[in-house]
Amino acid sequence: MKHLSQEELILEYYGERRNDGIRQHLEACASCRVSFESLARVLNAMNDFEAPEPSTVYGSRVWHQIAPRLGESRQSWWSGFSWWFTPRLAAISAMAALLVVAFLAGRVSQRPREMAGLSGPVRERIMLVAVGEHLERSQMILVELVNNEAKGPVDISGEQRRAEDLISENRLYRQAALKSGDKGISNVLDELERVLLDIAHEPSKLDSAELQQVRERIEAAGILFKIRVVGSNLREREKPPITAKGTKAL
Amino acid sequence: MENSDAAAVAEVRAGDPDAFRVLVERHSRSVFRLAFRMTGNEQDAEDLVQETFLRAYRQLGRFDGRAGFSTWLYRIAANCSLDLIRARKRRQEQQAPVDEEGQEVTIVAVAEAPTPDRLAFSGELQRLIGPALNRLSAMERAAFVLRHYEGMCMEEIAGALGVHTGAAKHSVFRAVQKLRRALEPAVGSAK
Repeated sequence: MKHLSQEELILEYYGERRNDGIRQHLEACASCRVSFESLARVLNAMNDFEAPEPSTVYGSRVWHQIAPRLGESRQSWWSGFSWWFTPRLAAISAMAALLVVAFLAGRVSQRPREMAGLSGPVRERIMLVAVGEHLERSQMILVELVNNEAKGPVDISGEQRRAEDLISENRLYRQAALKSGDKGISNVLDELERVLLDIAHEPSKLDSAELQQVRERIEAAGILFKIRVVGSNLREREKPPITAKGTKAL
Repeated sequence: MENSDAAAVAEVRAGDPDAFRVLVERHSRSVFRLAFRMTGNEQDAEDLVQETFLRAYRQLGRFDGRAGFSTWLYRIAANCSLDLIRARKRRQEQQAPVDEEGQEVTIVAVAEAPTPDRLAFSGELQRLIGPALNRLSAMERAAFVLRHYEGMCMEEIAGALGVHTGAAKHSVFRAVQKLRRALEPAVGSAK
């Protein structure tokens, strides 16, 4: 007698069998029945994995969180940057320090224990470097796409993988900025996140016209300029303060 | 429900963004449950809910109404989740080797396998389910969650995840195999 495969047992469990003979076989074959019951016990146990039940007002809360972003989100990500050209740049720069301090205070830090033994200024500089590196890596992807002048089809799957990697990192920084009340930084990271998401969701192979559209969108957003400005400000902050005697503070 | 979803979609398309509120309030909780099962993390799930609705709003022009709005929304949520899990796994892989089969591997802190007598209660078993799900590849987890918790058939899973039906089946089969390996000793002892 030919026994049922694992795949057939799984389809049977989920009621997707294509062949009524499977049910008959299970009734006749003790070995397959034991195997099926064992499978069913495991899959039934998976039903115990329950998601937390959101409150009845959860939908309303989500709406209030996303409603302010809807107006911008039906536009393309490369538009709507006018806020940047206001005198908020200095404030953003100042709040960057608060952002990284919030990180290291353990609100979203992934390694608070490792960081605990470091002094405040050192921790702050480490985080400034981390945010700066994040922006540099984001900038590299954008520069590569903008400078790619290939005439034929282009494979951007490498850039897409790197963009995907940066998206979750970016989310962490953005959440920290939001928690520390820094709307400026969170807005920049929010815009960057959407640029990265759009890149990640382009087809991986682009013809020259599609690539040109991507280039134009990045350039129209002015996102490279903004990243450079923020990166420059962060690098300034990374430098240890000079003491009165001209020695660098630790 | 689907009729009123369609009416709300039509109003949004006609230029009334507030009509989107109806859709958000109606579907947020189910999208959250899906996102939580995909990620196993409440904060990630909350972020994914927001990202899903923002993406849905941006792409509403592409919604052709052939499937219900909730099905279409689940597709977006599943793909957002897939993106997040893949990105998270890549980061983890940079810090640890892949397995001998070259499969996507999630490195998680897994406790030593408890002895059968410690697993006599389903509460104990539950402790193992999260890590077992975390050891699935992104595609396996997504396909399994859609099959097991959302009740989608293989064709629907394939459509939601943008793969062929054979690939969706393969992902579900591999997921179940891995879950059996991880949980069968515990389930067997608890029966």
